[in-house]
Amino acid sequence: MTTLRAGWVITLRDLAHWVRQPWTPIFGLLFTIMLLLVFGFLFGGAITVPGGGDYITFLLPGMMALSMLFGVEATATTMAADARKGITDRFRSLPIGSASVALGRVGADMTNSTVELLVLILGGLLIGWRISSDPASVLLAVLLLLLLRFAMLWVGIFLGLVLRGEGSTMAVQVLVWPIGFLSTAIVSTETMPRWLGAVAAWNPLSATATAARDLFGNPTGITAGPLADGAVWLAAGWPLLITAVFLPLSARAYRRLRA
Amino acid sequence: MEPPLTASGLKKRYGDVRALDGFDLTIAAGTIHGLLGPNGAGKSTAVKALATLIDLDAGTARVAGLDVRTDARRVRERIGLVGQHAAVDEILGGRQNLVMFGRLYGLTKAAAQARADDLLAAFGLAEAAERAVSTYSGGMRRRLDIAAGLIRTPAVLFLDEPTTGLDPRARNEVWQTVREVAERGTTVLLTTQYLDEADQLAAEITVVDHGRVIAGGPPSELKRQVGPDRVTVTLRSAADLDALARCLPAVHRDELALTFEVPLAEVVRALTELAIETDDLVLRRPTLDEAFLALTAQEDGVRR
Repeated sequence: MTTLRAGWVITLRDLAHWVRQPWTPIFGLLFTIMLLLVFGFLFGGAITVPGGGDYITFLLPGMMALSMLFGVEATATTMAADARKGITDRFRSLPIGSASVALGRVGADMTNSTVELLVLILGGLLIGWRISSDPASVLLAVLLLLLLRFAMLWVGIFLGLVLRGEGSTMAVQVLVWPIGFLSTAIVSTETMPRWLGAVAAWNPLSATATAARDLFGNPTGITAGPLADGAVWLAAGWPLLITAVFLPLSARAYRRLRA
Repeated sequence: MEPPLTASGLKKRYGDVRALDGFDLTIAAGTIHGLLGPNGAGKSTAVKALATLIDLDAGTARVAGLDVRTDARRVRERIGLVGQHAAVDEILGGRQNLVMFGRLYGLTKAAAQARADDLLAAFGLAEAAERAVSTYSGGMRRRLDIAAGLIRTPAVLFLDEPTTGLDPRARNEVWQTVREVAERGTTVLLTTQYLDEADQLAAEITVVDHGRVIAGGPPSELKRQVGPDRVTVTLRSAADLDALARCLPAVHRDELALTFEVPLAEVVRALTELAIETDDLVLRRPTLDEAFLALTAQEDGVRR
């Protein structure tokens, strides 16, 4: 049994979950759409984009980056629940490679997030978001967004294995929301107090959001600083760095189950 | 031929706790072997170590002729593990679960489906096959869990406290299932903290406490270690009682009842010789509970 094939079987398990319980992914999507509408129409009227531009057009790539970040919650919750319910132990008692479980999460969670991204793109186009760039840039934007999700996947596996208890979802939420809002996902750093803006500019989420805006040809709300010049590089670098840290940590946490 | 499972000198520490402290075990092919002990005795740690889930600090263990420490992957092809939780996917249906585990055991899709159908029929789950497992009763869920452990017809099936948290009816269903599994020739290692469960199912019992074996043998022998049978006879008159008491020394005397610690046949012979009629005659064997409490108390006494 190759590890890859076992990973695919575990991916199929998650896909079967969506067929069995379609409301779970649908509510996930509705939540993202609700956030989009709340910020786009409820708060959006009061927000101006530094450097000019329409707020909806500014917001959409930010929401996409935000939903990639929030994916960490889904990954961590599933990992924690499987560990708690003994499913992880059953997987570990099977003659499959030790990377199979992680590969299964990669398959399932990346599929889920790709669908979510497509829904946001289509939903955005419906409410007035416009792409003003070439297909290659659009593709690169999508890939950078998914790269962030990929990095978050390893953070999620690590947190799920480490915080196995019932409260793990809460703990991850508490971590994720401040990180989500302390970024350029929803407002530009240039509207924040200077020190806070500096912190937000170094948030990996800001890099991905700004790079996506750039590549979609949308207003970035950034007129100076590292994000103005190197957002695309940062959006590639941050997730790779996070992966380089959390992939080994996840592998270690999985091995530690043997302790 | 090598027994399907042997372990000697297993040690595993968690901080200051010696979960396994020189644990030895050998089980015979085709039998149900009960691993009996109180909570925290080291039963689950032993099962996890034998099923290759955790690393040992010391000791050697062989399962299906393979070393669990150096040949873990091949051991996993030859065992089924049914852990303390019913580790099946609740959202999926019963059949989906078995097909998934079958494919993870390396079966092709078609073979996994065929095997799933066989097992569902054998475990009385065919009608519930497509339903989500979350709608199953506790007993059905456990049976599915056990079926998942049997996909590759393992050399050893590990059952870690399979009836914990089940109601009496579900427990009986699971017992019946375990008996059927053993009848089909699978060797079963069953951990339990319920003595009646070990008594009901196991041909051989190993009693564990503080991470080591403190007694072992068939259930009847363990009971015998604790004390002889007690026979209590209730008679119709004080005269009969006196006559019987003169003939056989009693260990306890009530108004119209005598209790003896001699084989039942001797009591019956005395009653026949004296031509005494009885109101009631009760034979009481020491229960495994008593055996267990006596054994663990002895052990604690020794350790102190």
